[in-house]
Amino acid sequence: MIDIQYFLILSAVLFSIGVIGVLVRRNAIVIFMCIELMLNSVNLSLITFSSFFSNYYGQIFVFFIMTVAAAEAAVGLAIIISIYRNKESINVDEINILKW
Amino acid sequence: MMLENYVFYLFALVTIVSAFIVVFSKNIVHSAVALFFTLFSVSGFYVLLRADFIALTQILVYIGGILVLIIFGIMLTNKVTGAELKTRNLHFIPSVVVTGIITGMIIFLLLSTDWNPVKDPFSPNSTIKQIGFKLLGDYLLPFEIASVILLVALIGSAMYARKK
Repeated sequence: MIDIQYFLILSAVLFSIGVIGVLVRRNAIVIFMCIELMLNSVNLSLITFSSFFSNYYGQIFVFFIMTVAAAEAAVGLAIIISIYRNKESINVDEINILKW
Repeated sequence: MMLENYVFYLFALVTIVSAFIVVFSKNIVHSAVALFFTLFSVSGFYVLLRADFIALTQILVYIGGILVLIIFGIMLTNKVTGAELKTRNLHFIPSVVVTGIITGMIIFLLLSTDWNPVKDPFSPNSTIKQIGFKLLGDYLLPFEIASVILLVALIGSAMYARKK
């Protein structure tokens, strides 16, 4: 049987790959995909706990996280497309009109 | 039992390698295709953990919904033939060092904790019935609020993406 640590370490590694992506890449859509990676790794650890401790609360939590992730994806991409229409670019270094 | 281990390592390899491709690929379309493999193998982990309903929802929502949305976003915001698809990296070394230190600390904590899980974690029964009872019983109000959130997101994204 696979131990609980393997799943949790995999989830931690996946999360940190997503963090590196958000920190390193400058394209808004790639940052978006990295956020999805991080959400997936958190879901994976929640499912791991739910399965190893034999209750269903983790799975229901993951269900609601997926709902919010779908809403976030729709609104986020709409914002990115709207920004692209105005500035002809989705490089996050050039989107700085809210900065002083 | 041994087969489970092999399946775990296979899915772990696919997940990590394709997540690296998502992050470090210069071409955004390659990133999106690699994200497909990552999401699919995470869904494989859910099956391995006996969470069948969540595995199906993962395929439906993430691959069928979010990934298609992302590919639409790529097609709408890039000049496909030009050099726009190529993007550069920034602050590579400090990001990797800081994230590596934090990940090492997390892994050390995970390994040094005594988790003490229950004896037989993997029940062969389907989880759909229990999740359905809980969603329409104890969690009815959050369930309905989630549907309102989806409606608001639908209206809001249509409003933002519309041409003025």
